[in-house]
Amino acid sequence: MDFSAINPILLLASLMVAATPILLAAVGELVVERAGVLNLGVEGMMITGAVCGFIVAVGTNSPWLGFIGAAVGGALLSLLFGFLTQFLLSNQVATGLALTLFGLGLSALMGQGYIGIKAPSFPDWNIPLLGDIPVIGPIVFQHDPMVYVGLLIVAGTWAFLKYARAGLILRAVGENHEAAHALGYHVVRVRMLAIMFGGACAGLGGAYLSLVRVPQWTEGMTAGAGWIALAIVVFASWRPWRLLLGAYLFGGVTVLQLNLQAAGFAIPVEYLSMSPYLATIAVLVIMRTGRAPGSLGQSFHASR
Amino acid sequence: MTDPLLRLSGLTKAYPGVVANKDVSFDIMGGEIHALLGENGAGKSTLVKTIYGLVKPDSGQMSLHGIPFQPAEPRAARAAGVAMVFQHFSLFDAMTVAENIALGMEKPPPLRDIAARVRNVSEQYGLPLDPDRTVGGLSAGERQRVEIIRCLLQDPKLLIMDEPTSVLTPQEVAILFETLRKLRAEGTAILYISHKLEEIRALCDNATVLRLGEVVGTCDPRNTSARDMAELMVGSVLHVPQKAARPVGEIIVRLDALNAPAPHQFGTALRDISLEVRKGEVLGIGGVAGNGQDELVAALSGEMRVGAAMIQYQGTPIGKLGPNARRKLGLLAAPEERMGHAAAPDMTLTENAVMTATTRQHLARKGFVHWGRARSFAEAVIRAFDVRTPGPQNTARSLSGGNLQKFVIGREIMQDPDVLVVNQPTWGVDASAAAAIRQALLDLAVNGAAVICISQDLDELMEISDRFAALNEGRLSAPRPAAGLTVEQIGLMLGGAHDMEVAHVDA
Repeated sequence: MDFSAINPILLLASLMVAATPILLAAVGELVVERAGVLNLGVEGMMITGAVCGFIVAVGTNSPWLGFIGAAVGGALLSLLFGFLTQFLLSNQVATGLALTLFGLGLSALMGQGYIGIKAPSFPDWNIPLLGDIPVIGPIVFQHDPMVYVGLLIVAGTWAFLKYARAGLILRAVGENHEAAHALGYHVVRVRMLAIMFGGACAGLGGAYLSLVRVPQWTEGMTAGAGWIALAIVVFASWRPWRLLLGAYLFGGVTVLQLNLQAAGFAIPVEYLSMSPYLATIAVLVIMRTGRAPGSLGQSFHASR
Repeated sequence: MTDPLLRLSGLTKAYPGVVANKDVSFDIMGGEIHALLGENGAGKSTLVKTIYGLVKPDSGQMSLHGIPFQPAEPRAARAAGVAMVFQHFSLFDAMTVAENIALGMEKPPPLRDIAARVRNVSEQYGLPLDPDRTVGGLSAGERQRVEIIRCLLQDPKLLIMDEPTSVLTPQEVAILFETLRKLRAEGTAILYISHKLEEIRALCDNATVLRLGEVVGTCDPRNTSARDMAELMVGSVLHVPQKAARPVGEIIVRLDALNAPAPHQFGTALRDISLEVRKGEVLGIGGVAGNGQDELVAALSGEMRVGAAMIQYQGTPIGKLGPNARRKLGLLAAPEERMGHAAAPDMTLTENAVMTATTRQHLARKGFVHWGRARSFAEAVIRAFDVRTPGPQNTARSLSGGNLQKFVIGREIMQDPDVLVVNQPTWGVDASAAAAIRQALLDLAVNGAAVICISQDLDELMEISDRFAALNEGRLSAPRPAAGLTVEQIGLMLGGAHDMEVAHVDA
């Protein structure tokens, strides 16, 4: 056992990287749920995004185009969910679960020729000046651009929900869809847009795994990250900044346990592997969760 | 004569199986309060939704200021100066007052300006409201103020109000009327829907009566009696409940210093309520909403357990018994909120009948429901109380509010109770159905049952009760004989001021 092998600066630095895929997927789901839709298909949209992003990135040799492809792939899959739940009024829970299963199968099919290939590299930014600050520089300012894109999306979502008129309408639709309809807002249109945003964000999160974190394609590589993203949305009481906290907590425990494993810590590996999930669930239970959006998970039809 | 503000001509709207509006034509002038009258299901809601752009008419035209007016959606109606206060509030509980108001406006200014304007308008019209409060914690009257201010901030030419007073206390009604008169003086037209004919007589300049989707008459409510208007609505002679003289029997329910803490954050604690109810009498309990009505019903029905001796049924302590045990004894209750409390919205009427009637009607044996019997019981309720529905296989949600009310009250009355507790038995029910429900309550008493009727409708209480008591902040005043009580005396009882404290009322 050698704790000196654990470099605290590297540990904290990799925390941000480990949290990014979950953060991206969770912020998308947060918007979807604030609009009153429960999409349990995050895992399926993530892995579809992972494979779409990987295929596009390998094909064009551009990670940026890969991420765009991942967002489009995730959004397209979410459109299927939106069509089924918003127009055909299917049950959101069942449809979301089916979407996850479908996404896992579809991605395995699409990714068959891509196993064992390496993704084009996505270099870290070394932000001038800020990146040179001792300790804080390497922890916060020397990552790949998607880490910052993720943070921007969280900040943007927060500002959108708090200050924008459209954000107010989105919250209204999620809070009481009957009343929103009576006031003349287009419930289904708002929800479809939210669902597509959620799909695109989940796709980005998946592609972050296949293009940056791993970076190659393996079947089922999201390994439950989508479910953690769903849980973090609840733990965060549907608020963006608490979401960030939750994602970093999960990411932090993940990298810590990986480091402990590498250091040969005298605890069976299985316990260490489960620790991020246990920690997140424990926090989820301990922290008082806020009130869920009033119309969450209910189908809306104008005549009812 | 000036041109009308809004002219409706030949509006027709049919839904599958029912014509909601048939060739409806009338005019609304600027600066008048125009009443729209009709029974439940006469097509009033469809008509106002058409004006507000929520429903597209099959045929017919509207014109506003002489210009053709065909709002495709509420946004267009609002832009043209039509605003609407809904019967079921269209508010968002988790949001603040200011956010709720912003959502109802076309081009809202920043939230900070809204807060300032809300304060302005609420002072101008005497509607106190704090823009930063969360709507979920407001009372019914305050919630309605949110809706009204939301409308007023848009400077409407026509304000539509769908049953605005059904959830308000008399004091709140007075404030509302003051506001509406002020608006009328400023030239705003108001289309006012209500079942409370006395209110319409006091407030409105003109009335149009709908029956089965058609205009059947107009009248000047200021010099038409409530009874005449009701008969115009119903199309037949109105039956007025008859209070038959009856002997009052022995004490059947006794509340002995009933104390109970508030069941939830917004609830009211019950304080030291003592009461005796005798067989064959109707006890009316009045009071401003939120003064412990729900809690008292919950304590009586068994939904909320209290100390055993606090409630005695024929001398037996029953405070710790649950609802089914009390039903078995003969004490039944019908709570106020019909959708979700008295009835499960997505279950059929038969299933809803099973839920409270199993014990007394023997609808289950050895844990298995006897569906045939349940169905015939539900059918009997539907027949006896004229519930308008294709049959007991329909869900509770598919019934209009008034029809469902008839069903949930009828379900308890048909179980032949010895004591029946009802809360707001005729809320949202039209005049003829309300008369039928009141008659059924009186008939129960004639047959020797005791009826405890909690209501905010004082006319109703005066019509049926033998004795009257008032709830105020969880305390019950001493019951008095209802005959001969004056409005002033009742007002004082409701305000919690007893005979001695008259001088302090305004202090």
